[in-house]
Amino acid sequence: MAVRRKPTKAELRRQRMEELVNFPLDWLEERSGLIGGVRYFLFRNVPADVNWMQTLGSAALTAFLVQAITGVILAMYYVPSAATDPATGKPVAWESIVNISDGVFMGWLVRGMHRWGASVFIILMFLHMGRVFLFGAYKYPRELNWIIGVLILVMGMMEGFTGYLLPWDQTAYWATVVGINLNGTAPFLGPWLAQFLRGGQEIGGETLTRFYSLHMLVIPGAIMALIGLHLYLVIRLGVTSPPWSKDAAGMEPEQEEEPRLRPGLTRPVPRPAGASALQAEPGGRE
Amino acid sequence: MEPEQPSPDTEHESLHEEQHLPPPTLWPIGFAIGIVVVLVGLVINPELISSIGAVIAIVFGFLWARDATAELRGQPLVVEPERREMREAGEGMTAPPADQQGVALPPVPETAVTRSRFLEGATLGLGGVIGGLITVPVAGFALLPSFLSQKQHKVDLGPLSTFPLNKWYIATFTVDPMQGEVSRRTAFIRNNGTVTDSKGNASPSFTIISNRCAHLGCPVQANGPTGQKFTGNPSITEHTDNGRVDLESVLPAGYGCPCHGGQYDPEGNRIAGPPVRALDRYAFEVDNGRLILLSTYSVAKVVGTGAQAKIYKYKQAGPGQHVDGPEQWFYPLQPPHH
Ligand code: HEM
Ligand code: FES
Repeated sequence: MAVRRKPTKAELRRQRMEELVNFPLDWLEERSGLIGGVRYFLFRNVPADVNWMQTLGSAALTAFLVQAITGVILAMYYVPSAATDPATGKPVAWESIVNISDGVFMGWLVRGMHRWGASVFIILMFLHMGRVFLFGAYKYPRELNWIIGVLILVMGMMEGFTGYLLPWDQTAYWATVVGINLNGTAPFLGPWLAQFLRGGQEIGGETLTRFYSLHMLVIPGAIMALIGLHLYLVIRLGVTSPPWSKDAAGMEPEQEEEPRLRPGLTRPVPRPAGASALQAEPGGRE
Repeated sequence: MEPEQPSPDTEHESLHEEQHLPPPTLWPIGFAIGIVVVLVGLVINPELISSIGAVIAIVFGFLWARDATAELRGQPLVVEPERREMREAGEGMTAPPADQQGVALPPVPETAVTRSRFLEGATLGLGGVIGGLITVPVAGFALLPSFLSQKQHKVDLGPLSTFPLNKWYIATFTVDPMQGEVSRRTAFIRNNGTVTDSKGNASPSFTIISNRCAHLGCPVQANGPTGQKFTGNPSITEHTDNGRVDLESVLPAGYGCPCHGGQYDPEGNRIAGPPVRALDRYAFEVDNGRLILLSTYSVAKVVGTGAQAKIYKYKQAGPGQHVDGPEQWFYPLQPPHH
């Protein structure tokens, strides 16, 4: 039992400091509930035996954020123009890339991060997908998140395809020729898709600006929206235990006899193997 | 949505609970008009019109401020209770089953539309119209230009006399000088001399093969030596309406693709690798003794050579697309092509 006495100076100072820190947090929480939301996200329950492989999704997310940030910086110096620079006779887009690499301070680093990071991002997405597959984590009720993941993967590959043209050198040009013509061989709508991607009958300046817009506005926007949905479902459904889980996939024996109804569901949820966090009430698993 | 049927009493109670909102006021509209007049006046007549606008804005601003602070200044609020005509009993709601209320209400006309249903429909409907008005032109702007007004480009390759009989040249030219370097294309050209048709009309014959691979569009190269040392013909550079045209003499044993190894014979027939048909060809015309390239067309195969060749000609299709055989059914509709 605490003895009542006058607080010391140090204690008072400490108290004032705490108030100083808490005030803006409380202010925000009272008006938005955001602090509670973040706390819910960070301190939600996950199975006790989660595995390092389950960090691959966050790794892919980090790789995407690196692409977004380095991409925004590259966009400050890159010029998506196929026109020929009259002074040098070289295409403007290609010259701007050379300038990023050789002229702009640390440009080589940012460009290198974006270029290598593109591959890292794709590789991490595949590794994450492999983990989900091998853990059986795509099964009920998480099928929808698998589908969203596939969409993100496709969007990521479209990022790679559209970004590859931007340096506007021979490799970029011919790789895009082959890529677009490959799309053109799809039955029925293929030729139309190819013509849309080219912005006409031949690859030219219109193709470059259109790929640039897709690469830095349309597809990243779609990826961000899809990542939002993906994470929402991860939080709502909880993460799976690894398949070797001793926890018998969260089947607490006393709950076995009569499956609990989750709010919003009108029939008992069959317990999928490896789905322990799922049964938790919104507040988390006891 | 269940239409509610509040008694007059509960309606008043709920109104009292909402009275913390300031009462509605029309003064901001006058204030806004005043501001508009000020701005218009700045363009037309700053002294007169802007002053009038300023007066309007100040007067209405004052009235607005007075209204908005009425509650703070402790003046009683005059809020008209919302008057809603009492509905006819049962209007807008389905009759509850008799066993729930004891009394069966008179049947309700099926067409009854409640206020909330109407507003819901209006919101969705108007939202849809606005969305459509925005989406249709934007989508059209994004999609259509790729397909509309694709221009045909003619390429002037210079006088016929530049092309000696039965000699091959690798011609490199700019299709669209506006587009510049990116529209430079290559074709393999041979002058076949003149052909005489059944009516006895003589016309020049040229074999003009596009170097775009029929697999996925890489630039095929001539297999064989180039230059005067091997061919006995000089290579030439000339300048026409299309800018620089390079003619390099060559002895092609066929053509090969650097991308995936497609191989073609000198007439452009596929002989090995992934291409699905022969190389495309350029249509041409002779204008004032000059060789003019027109659009390309696709070729399934070529039988024979030179002026006597029988060319299985098709409308231009993209690389990788079959033009004959059952696979052609996969591409029934080609986008407009010049
Ligand atoms: C989502 C993941 C992304 C992937 C996989 C990706 C992929 C690529 C690739 C392969 C290149 C060619 C790199 C090179 O040749 O140096 C590139 C270039 C570029 N990207 Fe991205 N990108 C992504 C996101 C973004 C974002 C979000 C932006 C901007 C908002 C952006 C802006 C650019 C720019 C300006 C270039 C041209 C500069 C350059 O080529 O070095 N990228 N991207
Ligand atoms: S593009 Fe020529 S073989 Fe593939």
